[in-house]
Amino acid sequence: MISNNLQVAFNGLKASKMRAALTMLGIIIGVAAVIMMIAIGQGAQAQISRQITGMGANLLVVFPGAGTGAVRGAGGNVNTLTWEDGLAVAELDQVTRVAPELSTNATLSFANQTWTTQVIGTTPEMTLLKDWPPATGLFFTPDDVQTSAPVAVLGQTAADNLFPPGQDPVGAQIRINKLAFTVVGVLTPKGAALSGQDQDNIVYIPVTTAQKRLLGVKYVRLLNVQATSPESMAFVQTSIENLLHERHRLGAQAANDFTVRNMTSLLEMAESTTAIMTLLLASVAAVSLLVGGIGIMNIMLVSVTERTKEIGLRMAVGATERHIRNQFLTEALVLCLTGGILGIGLGYGGAKIISALAGWPTAVSLGSVLLATGFSAGIGIFFGYYPAKKAAALDPITALRFEN
Amino acid sequence: MSGNPTIELENIKKIYPMGTSGVTALAGIDLTVETGEMVAIMGSSGSGKSTLLNLLGCLDRPTTGNYRLTGENVSAMTKTQLAAIRNREIGFVFQGFNLLGKMTALHNVELPLIYTGAGKSEMARRAAEALGWVGLTRFSHHLPNQLSGGQQQRVAIARALVNNPTLILADEPTGALDSRTSLEIMAVIQRLHRERGITIVIVTHEPEIAGYCQRLIRLKDGCIISDQPVNRPGDALADLARYPAAGEVNSL
Repeated sequence: MISNNLQVAFNGLKASKMRAALTMLGIIIGVAAVIMMIAIGQGAQAQISRQITGMGANLLVVFPGAGTGAVRGAGGNVNTLTWEDGLAVAELDQVTRVAPELSTNATLSFANQTWTTQVIGTTPEMTLLKDWPPATGLFFTPDDVQTSAPVAVLGQTAADNLFPPGQDPVGAQIRINKLAFTVVGVLTPKGAALSGQDQDNIVYIPVTTAQKRLLGVKYVRLLNVQATSPESMAFVQTSIENLLHERHRLGAQAANDFTVRNMTSLLEMAESTTAIMTLLLASVAAVSLLVGGIGIMNIMLVSVTERTKEIGLRMAVGATERHIRNQFLTEALVLCLTGGILGIGLGYGGAKIISALAGWPTAVSLGSVLLATGFSAGIGIFFGYYPAKKAAALDPITALRFEN
Repeated sequence: MSGNPTIELENIKKIYPMGTSGVTALAGIDLTVETGEMVAIMGSSGSGKSTLLNLLGCLDRPTTGNYRLTGENVSAMTKTQLAAIRNREIGFVFQGFNLLGKMTALHNVELPLIYTGAGKSEMARRAAEALGWVGLTRFSHHLPNQLSGGQQQRVAIARALVNNPTLILADEPTGALDSRTSLEIMAVIQRLHRERGITIVIVTHEPEIAGYCQRLIRLKDGCIISDQPVNRPGDALADLARYPAAGEVNSL
């Protein structure tokens, strides 16, 4: 009986191919939209997670100044954090490593080529903390930090813009704000950050060199602190706060003159934001699927009216109400499922094209495919039921006499 | 087949609810049709002949009275049971053929078999056999609109007999056909009656058509006003042979 039902449904649809195709189009577009939106959303989520973890795992950042993040350029408060604070923090329990940052914009020059970029004073811990090894040469050593050596590690973009193609920058003498530096390494390319900023447009020099030779200051801009595990981060955060509160000789009631930010919570926030975005996109897509479903109902109702006489005849030759209902329900289901399958194909293709064009990873998950298939089948049953019921409730005598 | 008459109607009344009193379409019909009879029902419009045919065809239920079809009381059956009875025991032939336009002749004939739960190959075999019986084997894969009116009605007859029913009901089977084609169709129906022993009830308003049946029942205002055997029923095939040759040539 099921195969007969399918046969009858296919015959019914074949009888009006154009109409069936157009009706299906609504479902195709709806399902494709759902698949694509979820793929884009999940792709974005994966991308954001990857970039945030790329900033360093289990990372806490200590900024000078109280309040939130807008401390840079906030005047007198920015110089409260020192590298010695960093060394003390590194001694704390469950801290893996600490890397300070002291950044400034500076002009690099080599031969008659110049390039302005961000120069960051740090320690060799930075390369481990960011899991960012040099591609050629080496990162500078603790000795270089100790001696305030004039050595530099270039990011790929800085290297590309300063040196002609083919020349190995390692060992070359460059100038940073007129001061002579030796290039000891070039970092592996890292690509753009979330903000779109080129992470490779950077130069690392020892933090002491930056303090004494380049800027003439004693503070650092921030401390990157890596904890041993995600679970230890809260503990480490409290330890840092207690330690620095004491080191900075702040009174018991005084507010901290620094801020510790947990980068994992930033990751969680970013992830929940993209999850909401995904949900939003998918909801909009689901609305188009719903509209497609209403299209199905509309066409099924027209079909039932048009085929009143056929229904009457089928009843006369022995079809029960159930037979008729199942016939139209199967027809709606076949429409929706065929549309759903085509829509999955289209959505998958669309997601691939978007990845290719936007350079954005998209992920078509099994979950979204199952969701779309289930949803379109559900729509078929839901929107097909009323017309099918209407067809089954026809009186065979009236139906047989119906003229259209 | 049991010894029961095919049709037994006992004081059948059909009243359509309308206003306060209702409209009486059948006012107490008693009728017995023996197995293998070929009966014509005549009457002017409004005489209740369509209502009677619908009741006989189990498409409708009487308001009061009993209808026994081959001994089974069908007036008490549910809609679903009636559908099964129609499928098993009754074949319909309509004035307007009522073929499904998007389906081939063969598939049209298969239609009742869908609801018996027959397998695909059996369906095709039995439908082909029925089409062969009405002489349309080579038109199996034609669509109805590629067939003449007479051919279409023969497809409809094949559809009516494909389930081997005990009763075939024909509602003005020649109403849409010219005289010569009407004769052809009557010849097929007579052969159906003669060769397969199927009980046949034809509703018609043409006396010539009634003349090919064995018994003529006249209805008026929902009552049987006469019920008598037809004197020397005609032989449609013989009449067809004498009929002046026309455009359509058919070998029966």
